[in-house]
Amino acid sequence: MFEALSYENLQIYWWVIMALLGGFLVFLLFVQGGQTLMDKLSNNETEKTIIVNITGHKWEFTFTTLVVFGGAFFASFPLFYSTSFGGAYWVWYAILFAFILQAVSYEYRKKQHNVLGSKTFETFLKFNGFAAPFLLGVAVSTMFTGSLFSINKANIVHLGSNFEAVISQWQTSWHGLEALWTTSHLAFLQNILLGLAVLVLARLNALLYIRKMTDNKNILAKIDKCVPRHSILFLVLFLTWFIRLLFIDGFAINPENNEVYMQAHKYFNNLIENPISLIILLIGLVGVLYGLYLANFKKEAKAFWYAGIGTILTVMAVFFMAAFNHTAYYPSTYDLQSSLTLANSSSSHYTLVAMSYVSLMVPFVLAYIIWAWRALDFHKINEKELEQETEKY
Amino acid sequence: MEHVNWELVDWSRAQFALTALYHWIFVPLTLGLSFMLAIMETIYVKTGDKKWLKIEKFWLRLFGINFAIGVATGIILEFEFGTNWSNYSWFVGDIFGAPLAIEGIMAFFMESTFVAIMFFGWNKISKKAHLAATWLTALGTNLSALWILAANGWMQNPIGMKFNPDTMRNEMDNFWEVLFNPVAVNKFVHTITSAYTFAALFVIAVSAYLLLKGKDKAYAKYSMLIASVFGFIGIAATIITGDGSAKQVAKYQPMKLAAMEGLRSGSRGAPLIAIGKPKHTGDKDLTKAVADDFKGKDQLDVSIEGFEIPYGLSVLAFNDPNAFVPGVNDLVYGNEKEGIPSYKERIKSGKISIEALANYKKAKKAGDAMKAEGYLKTFKAHFKDFGYGYFDGHDMNELIPPIAISFMSFHTMVILGTWFLIFFPLIFWAVMKNKIEKKKWLLRLGVLGIFLGLIVQEAGWITAEAGRMPWVIQDLMPTMVAVSHIESAGVMLTFFLFFVTFTALLIAELKIMSTTIKKGFNN
Repeated sequence: MFEALSYENLQIYWWVIMALLGGFLVFLLFVQGGQTLMDKLSNNETEKTIIVNITGHKWEFTFTTLVVFGGAFFASFPLFYSTSFGGAYWVWYAILFAFILQAVSYEYRKKQHNVLGSKTFETFLKFNGFAAPFLLGVAVSTMFTGSLFSINKANIVHLGSNFEAVISQWQTSWHGLEALWTTSHLAFLQNILLGLAVLVLARLNALLYIRKMTDNKNILAKIDKCVPRHSILFLVLFLTWFIRLLFIDGFAINPENNEVYMQAHKYFNNLIENPISLIILLIGLVGVLYGLYLANFKKEAKAFWYAGIGTILTVMAVFFMAAFNHTAYYPSTYDLQSSLTLANSSSSHYTLVAMSYVSLMVPFVLAYIIWAWRALDFHKINEKELEQETEKY
Repeated sequence: MEHVNWELVDWSRAQFALTALYHWIFVPLTLGLSFMLAIMETIYVKTGDKKWLKIEKFWLRLFGINFAIGVATGIILEFEFGTNWSNYSWFVGDIFGAPLAIEGIMAFFMESTFVAIMFFGWNKISKKAHLAATWLTALGTNLSALWILAANGWMQNPIGMKFNPDTMRNEMDNFWEVLFNPVAVNKFVHTITSAYTFAALFVIAVSAYLLLKGKDKAYAKYSMLIASVFGFIGIAATIITGDGSAKQVAKYQPMKLAAMEGLRSGSRGAPLIAIGKPKHTGDKDLTKAVADDFKGKDQLDVSIEGFEIPYGLSVLAFNDPNAFVPGVNDLVYGNEKEGIPSYKERIKSGKISIEALANYKKAKKAGDAMKAEGYLKTFKAHFKDFGYGYFDGHDMNELIPPIAISFMSFHTMVILGTWFLIFFPLIFWAVMKNKIEKKKWLLRLGVLGIFLGLIVQEAGWITAEAGRMPWVIQDLMPTMVAVSHIESAGVMLTFFLFFVTFTALLIAELKIMSTTIKKGFNN
């Protein structure tokens, strides 16, 4: 059935899947957000352990989604995988490094003779909690502000030197970190704003999730104090980033000759000319806002779900704005024509078809994840529950 | 290719080797122990005997400690193809990316979802649902091995694809050929059954340690019983598929086989060296030979001395005592009688292919369809030697894998594998006869088993990966063309970062593990 789809439609289909994975990843960063809050929300060791166990039951989902995000990008848009990971080397390794530390920290934190001590593993969790959302946000923002790289697929026939045979070449030795201080068009400001917005969102979603998952009074009281501040901060950061996005020049593709050029208000146009992005964005934003309303004024547990699903949809819309409507989704400011587009960076028609069949498994995967999620979340996590539990972090 | 940044290539290789070897310390245990846990829990659910629950929970605790660090060391590998081998990622990403993505969608989610249930679901779901989660965890971990080994098998024997000169990359044209690649299938079975063997050695080692300390005797013996059966099936399957693996190496990667056996000159009715050691003809000692291997020098000087089995290698490689097995010299200098072209000819042919591709691009740009067609024909005719073209003007030694390392890792694997085939029945017999407690020497051998198992696991990986050098994709792309455009100092930095981090985490893991083991089953 996928064979009948045109190459272009398959590329769109796969971008939708990448957007969905991206959305889930940002939503699941609430685990990281929770890790940054373990001290702030607790008065003593027991309360801290409650918080760690709440996010600890879910950390593998975030971790796995990140890994699948990387693998799916490799399979569907290998030129992005090759260019971004090989080029923005330090940004990606910083993110990965933070996840390495996370993977052991939950399990080892409270174990006897863990050599490094509980405090160290908690620091690892906090480092992962701050660094991963912030840097992922910065990386996503570069889909709109651009990076410094050049691509020439014909380099592979270069017999002179192995350096020149590399088809995608990053043009600064900072390898991605320059996104934090590139002053041209205030790119750094835009990148940092999204990084911070994602970080605050991760914390906000964590607050809502922890509230849903425990009945410890001290923790709940602290959450109530944090939610309004985080809500306001998130809205300020995100809306500043987003409104600026609507007014900056964007990387457009001329459909006649596939040339990339700068177009004023490109991303605003993308919303207007591609109503699906607009609708998804609006539903997403309303979801997040309604979630925040429920959290701030009604203190309801289901706030987490509104904010969470709203997060997924908003991120999807942002991904759509970056790539649809003749837009280069991973632009190069060094050489406009090296910019990555859905058309020039994707896998072959055959591979996309094969992978599309694989994507039919996603609903089954989602189904058992939902089952497992509900099974573990049925009981609240508190002091009593942890005492009875033989396996805990 | 005159100018090669070898420092970058070597550090990139070192980093990949480091991360893969570290990851592989933990993975075999996850693969095998997950099935043993499922078996133990099945017995518990079927019999209702609480003893088995206690046994399972003990091994589950150790599983969890190991699983966490396995996950931590694994995440780098998923991204390292992009960060450090970016040219590779475009050149074959159309084929190679698919199994990685499928691994994530099909296996990682299953593994991580059900592992959480396995740990935290005891009081939250029914016994049967928990048992299902345990089996699904085992299935998930083993499925992930399937896909990553299909990807690895494809690098050793690239099939199911064709080169697209317009996108300048290889593209998949047959998914099933990639998945059912004979090398991939054999590699998968060989690797997972060896992992079962390793996990069985772990269970036996821990149980033997507890018996030596006189602790939790009954539990330890039950665990040993399960492990000895599981391990015997594992090692038997490993040996059978190992034989299949050798035949495939002979067919698809003759240079690897020559290196594994240290065969300088080939012959019909070639003998197999059962036990031997590499020796430099210049009378250098073994350590020097290995050191030189690392430097990639003097490789042609290495020869192997040892006890030989007549006709053994010809039979091992081709099931025919009179078959010709080419040695390093036959492959490098060619052997007209046996119809083997020399590397010189292959380099020339590869260069023609690469240059024809460059000219095709130029002609296409100039709009000369006729000329482009002609170049394309030349390119295709020489494509099988494509990768060799990059070695134009190079020292021939660069095309020879490290011989001493290949030989030693291969033979270590074979010798210890044979020992395990004897070891498991020995343990089984001693437990069944209820003599295991008194046989201190056997218990000590049991404890030793885990270290031998670890050596075998790593030796297997080294045989497969060092033996195929310099190819990332056999005959198509050498390591020097696959690397990213980054500074070698940067890669060196990440190498040490991972080295220090992984080592610190390993120390923590071992300490936590030994503390948990000492507490025994009644914790």
